[in-house]
Amino acid sequence: MNKTVRVALVALLCVGAAACAKKQEVKPQAPAPEQTAQAPAPQSNGKYTPADLNTDACLRQRVVYFDFDKSEIKPEFQQIMACHAKYLQDRPTARMRLEGNTDERGTREYNLGLGERRGNAVGSALEANGASSSQINVISYGKEKPVCREHNEDCWSKNRRVEIVYTAE
Amino acid sequence: MHKPSSLFAFVLMAVAALLAGPAAAQSLNVDIVGGLKTATPIVVVPFAQPAGAALPTDVADVMRNDFNRSGKFRSLAKSEIVEQPTQGSEIKFATWRLLKQDYIVVGRITNAGDGKVQVEYELWDVNKQQSLLHQQMPPAPVGDLRSVAHQIADQIYQKITGVRGAFWTRIAYITAVGLGNHTTYSLIVADSDGYNPQVVARSHEALLTPRWSPDGNKIAYVSFESGNSAIYVQDITTGARTLVSGRAKGINGAPAWSPDGTKLAMSLSYVGNPEIFVMNLANHQETRLTHNLAIDTEPVWSPDGQSIYFTSDRSGRPQIYKMPATGGTPTRVTFQGQSNYDCDVSYDGKQIAMVQANGNVYRIAIMDQSLGGQIRYISPGPLDESPSFAPNASMLLYASSEGNHGVLYAVSDDGMVRQRLVLSDGDVREPAWGPYRTH
Repeated sequence: MNKTVRVALVALLCVGAAACAKKQEVKPQAPAPEQTAQAPAPQSNGKYTPADLNTDACLRQRVVYFDFDKSEIKPEFQQIMACHAKYLQDRPTARMRLEGNTDERGTREYNLGLGERRGNAVGSALEANGASSSQINVISYGKEKPVCREHNEDCWSKNRRVEIVYTAE
Repeated sequence: MHKPSSLFAFVLMAVAALLAGPAAAQSLNVDIVGGLKTATPIVVVPFAQPAGAALPTDVADVMRNDFNRSGKFRSLAKSEIVEQPTQGSEIKFATWRLLKQDYIVVGRITNAGDGKVQVEYELWDVNKQQSLLHQQMPPAPVGDLRSVAHQIADQIYQKITGVRGAFWTRIAYITAVGLGNHTTYSLIVADSDGYNPQVVARSHEALLTPRWSPDGNKIAYVSFESGNSAIYVQDITTGARTLVSGRAKGINGAPAWSPDGTKLAMSLSYVGNPEIFVMNLANHQETRLTHNLAIDTEPVWSPDGQSIYFTSDRSGRPQIYKMPATGGTPTRVTFQGQSNYDCDVSYDGKQIAMVQANGNVYRIAIMDQSLGGQIRYISPGPLDESPSFAPNASMLLYASSEGNHGVLYAVSDDGMVRQRLVLSDGDVREPAWGPYRTH
């Protein structure tokens, strides 16, 4: 997928998530994934194809969000882990890059480490769900690539993320 | 905040000069925040000018700004300088005693041929009516007058305080202009007061962690231009560049020069998580120093080259640790504050500046090891980082943010005087104060 599409997708997810968070109005929360119905059954043989990347409600979700200074995958993202792992399993030639990111708090070099830790956490979760480590490449941008630039928790929660980028479908 | 008109005019002049120069980077605007009433009063009288066209640099003004920025001195504003002696014999001491000045500097600039000028100056003690310094600087091109002014300020600073001055030094920093994928990152080198900025490297991907070699000829830094982080060393005069660590897997980050300039400490994560390594620059051989599942990064050498300080979250949250430079068991250095990161060590090894986080407030703290580890804060937060000592440790640079803008501050070591260096458009960040200059 080219970069423009990916950025647009991330932007869309963020907008959608922000709208969800507003409705709750209890406390500012990290963006949550869209709820998807049941584990998908895409094809007659039950295997994903590249076309599903653009149509499947679960596979279309490519961002995993984290709590401050944490790298644990939150329960609400387990379903995303499962479907992307299944895609990698179904498509052994598929490759993905996991881009780890942090919010602006803390130093740049430490945040490179933290972003990598998050990328590795997503990688491990995918492998635990059946993906092969050879299909996954982790890169950390630390706090160098924020999607939101204000100094508040709402913004920070959108920046603490791992973006899933398919480099071969 | 009152801004002296002379400084303002001076900034305009500098901006105009920069716009004219093709290799010049976008300039920083400079203004002083805060002041110190206990600082030593000094008057720098405008220097006598040579015959001919006006000089591009007001030498006395450059010196006044140096003194004010240091926090140790308070120089009399140009508008309040009522008499204009240009040599010792013309000084009426009663006038300056009345204006409560402790020291007076007078000088004159003469043509030295070949387009060069020569600056001669005198420093007098107002109360004792005694000459303290009388120097003739070597002839210099007109374009080097700012450097000459900084060197004179250094000599005077040392004569009065007993500490070597660090005005004639350079700083490096990163700028980011534009948003998202259209951001341009630049590694800039400028004079210690932010003037004469020059682009050393430019990239459309992030640049970070510039670090001066001890001889001031090279800068190590991290660039994402290849897609992943990679460490480069670049000669700032020739532009020649060497890739030092560009492993495809994991982080190549946090370069730090050994005091003798032969080695770089760094943080590499190809082994699975960030660990501290030391690379011999002659043969690029690496030695791994840490073995821990935590994030180990931001190494800094002690001035004697015997130890390496670094940031690690092995105890849960990031704290500063210290270990022998050859490896061995690290000991924890910081116990105050929720988190401590990215330290810098003063030239004498006594003071450690760091980023200290408490809640959402990130401030620059200095731990004085000669005072039993006592901590003092020199910045107000809330998002301050990248402390870097001047080579004489009398001042520091650090990065802060204003609105959505990254700005730099130069701050006196007691935190009392801060000067802001602002890029007119975009972010300025990650300052690194260079070593003493010899040329």
